[in-house]
Amino acid sequence: MRARDAANQTYRLPPRIFDARCRACWYALGIVVLIVASFWSLDLQWAQFLSLQALASMARFVAEFFPPETSAPFLAKVGQGMVETFAMSLLGTLLAAVLGIVLALPASRMHEGDPARLRGAARLLLNALRAIPELVWAALLLVAAGLGPFAGTLALALHTSGVLGRLFAEAIENAPREPAAALRVQGIDAPRVFLYATLPQVLPQLMSYTLYRWENNIRAATILGVVGAGGLGQLLAFHMGLFQMNKTATVLAAMLLLVALVDAASFGLRRWMTR
Amino acid sequence: MDAALPHPALRDPAWRGRVVLMLTVAVLLWPLFVATEFKPWTLLAPESLRVSAGFLASFFPPAHGGDFLLLVARETWRTVAIATAGIVLALFVAVPMALLVTRTLSVSALSGRMARGPFWLRQGVRWLLVLLRSVPELVWALVFVRVVGLGATPGVLAIALTYGGMLGKVYAEILESGEAAPTTALLRNGSSRLQAFCYGLLPQNAAELTSYTVYRWECAIRSSVVLGFVGAGGLGQQMDNSVKMFAGGEVATMLIVFIALVALADRVSAGLRRALA
Amino acid sequence: MRVELEGVHARHPAAVATAAAALRGITLSAQPGEALAVVGPSGAGKTTLLQLLACALPPQRGELRVDGQQPWALSRRVLQRLRGQLCLVPQVPPLPPRQRVVTSVLAGRLPAMSLAQSIASLFYPADIPAAHEALARLDLADKLFERVDRLSGGERQRVALARALVSPARLWLLDEPISALDPTRAQQALQVTLDEARKHGATVVASLHQVELALQHFPRIVGLREGVLAFDLPRAELTPARLARLYAQHEHELQGSETAAEPAAAPPAPAPAVMHCR
Repeated sequence: MRARDAANQTYRLPPRIFDARCRACWYALGIVVLIVASFWSLDLQWAQFLSLQALASMARFVAEFFPPETSAPFLAKVGQGMVETFAMSLLGTLLAAVLGIVLALPASRMHEGDPARLRGAARLLLNALRAIPELVWAALLLVAAGLGPFAGTLALALHTSGVLGRLFAEAIENAPREPAAALRVQGIDAPRVFLYATLPQVLPQLMSYTLYRWENNIRAATILGVVGAGGLGQLLAFHMGLFQMNKTATVLAAMLLLVALVDAASFGLRRWMTR
Repeated sequence: MDAALPHPALRDPAWRGRVVLMLTVAVLLWPLFVATEFKPWTLLAPESLRVSAGFLASFFPPAHGGDFLLLVARETWRTVAIATAGIVLALFVAVPMALLVTRTLSVSALSGRMARGPFWLRQGVRWLLVLLRSVPELVWALVFVRVVGLGATPGVLAIALTYGGMLGKVYAEILESGEAAPTTALLRNGSSRLQAFCYGLLPQNAAELTSYTVYRWECAIRSSVVLGFVGAGGLGQQMDNSVKMFAGGEVATMLIVFIALVALADRVSAGLRRALA
Repeated sequence: MRVELEGVHARHPAAVATAAAALRGITLSAQPGEALAVVGPSGAGKTTLLQLLACALPPQRGELRVDGQQPWALSRRVLQRLRGQLCLVPQVPPLPPRQRVVTSVLAGRLPAMSLAQSIASLFYPADIPAAHEALARLDLADKLFERVDRLSGGERQRVALARALVSPARLWLLDEPISALDPTRAQQALQVTLDEARKHGATVVASLHQVELALQHFPRIVGLREGVLAFDLPRAELTPARLARLYAQHEHELQGSETAAEPAAAPPAPAPAVMHCR
């Protein structure tokens, strides 16, 4: 309705709150319905959690965490768990980087006219590896690899290779193409074109992605042990199961410390790489 | 024309560094293999091979009995419900904290530097957000299972706390990254902080805030499956049970359902975010 | 290496189907060891001609013969081997920025190296003296172990030329090889390149903007205008009038030995933004 040159403004009603023609209104309604249905269908124990009694018992529970256990033999065990978790995360990430590059090559189209026959299948494999969370992989791999950090390392490697493979493939596809084209004109085969022209260009990006995933994997590695994959997670689940809360507190502190250490190491490595 | 150069000038200067690097890597790599008990040949030991082959073989065909599919559907809904409820509660944590942390809403900063008290309050809340984010949600879930018992509640609370930390941090970043002028103008003219937020910051950033929240909801669905492994119910718990019982067919079905769920949530989330943009 | 073109039409790979062909009716032949310069205003099709000769672009019509064979009728493997015998130096030096000069130069040798040697060469460059010699002839010996992105545009062009000098190719196709060099350096680089080509017995086809340098160094000049061969003459028979006709409406290109402005390097592609749940 055009504004007319009338003495007074045409009287307009304020817009309706819910207009059947407006798509955003339907979305909003859908979200509200989802939220209400979620709360209603779950049997959340509000009373148990929010009552005074519950809060008091929670306070007592939290108090059990202090003081954290600091006896030497236990600290040695925690130290060993830290080493195991650290090794799991680092080795898992390295294996994932290798597997990721191996899968990224068929999954990327290197130049116009590259048939890239395996691209679809490779991308599908990478998506499948990526979609399954590390913990689920660990639970499945425990069957084959048994309890211990081996299953955890493999789980991290498999999941992260899906993530890194996809990131690597995108980096390779986005790299400038002139150097590779110049080598191809000379009749050089694809693997060597990759090594001499594409890889030098994308290597910093690949390493940056790998470091980023290592920071993520140290967090994942600390909890994989909960299902039995070794490291700090296994210690945590063990002592929590026995209600030994001060030992649990030490393990938790060790987890946070380990994550901070790896974050710092990754930051340092990034600085060193871009000097 | 240059005279013949002595041979040393033609040696690759980077060679030494590379050799040292490769040796260091090799030396550091060995303890990693030892510490993680990395023995890939054990996978191929006949005993282990029989177990894994049997397990893998039991994946086909995926279980498709009517009762089981109904169970999977119920548990999938439960997973989505836990994620949604967790995110809603996370908002209750994140929004107040983000408002507390945002420097744009600081009244004392209107006249130059922020006063001591508010500054340390903001730092404190920031550290609290970092703490909430750093503790893995699985750990929160384990703790809450002790307190509240098995069921959906520990999962919802774990997601609420962790995602509250994540959302709080990102909300604060989004709020601080926009233009501060409209909000400061409102504060200067005497409106309260909440008013300044609702009339200044919120309209400016609503789309980005909602978009990020929807994206996090999709991540929460993945998290809630993982939390199921420690007893928070949903698809994860069923998968845990099936794996322990070596029921490969059931695991296969649930994996397929999980991947489909994640893809669907991804689609919905992308669509919602596009509609908001 | 002998090349022959007969009535060749060629089109840009990215061109629309209805657009005019970039090259029409080109008939040209070069004997082994010959050196010819291709001149003409911009847009004449010089780059397309060089790409055609490099077997990077199939002719749409007409015949292309390299050493008596039709390259596009050969099997893939034989064609690849044939390609190893020629070297195309594009207008923009195709060098990965973070690679070292020695590796970039030795990449020209790859057609003569096996896979194992190529991989070993990544760790320790296989033939440093050869790379050093080639760079020394182009006055760049001190940059042997520098990174490519630390060099100026002119230095990078000379590195690309050095690649041709170490390659096993017998046909050198140079696209504006001295566009970023100042006049003294340009003279020297051209002289060195042609000397080396003569030593290796390689045929050289170079497209040049600087017509005086072309007349000075190349015994045979080919003129292209709007995709058609305008003339193909020994340098003695080339009159200024014919040159003026070639560059009609593009006089400024004929006048200056203007160092072509170095084409701005394409901005690096933005890192793909992938949202992760952590």
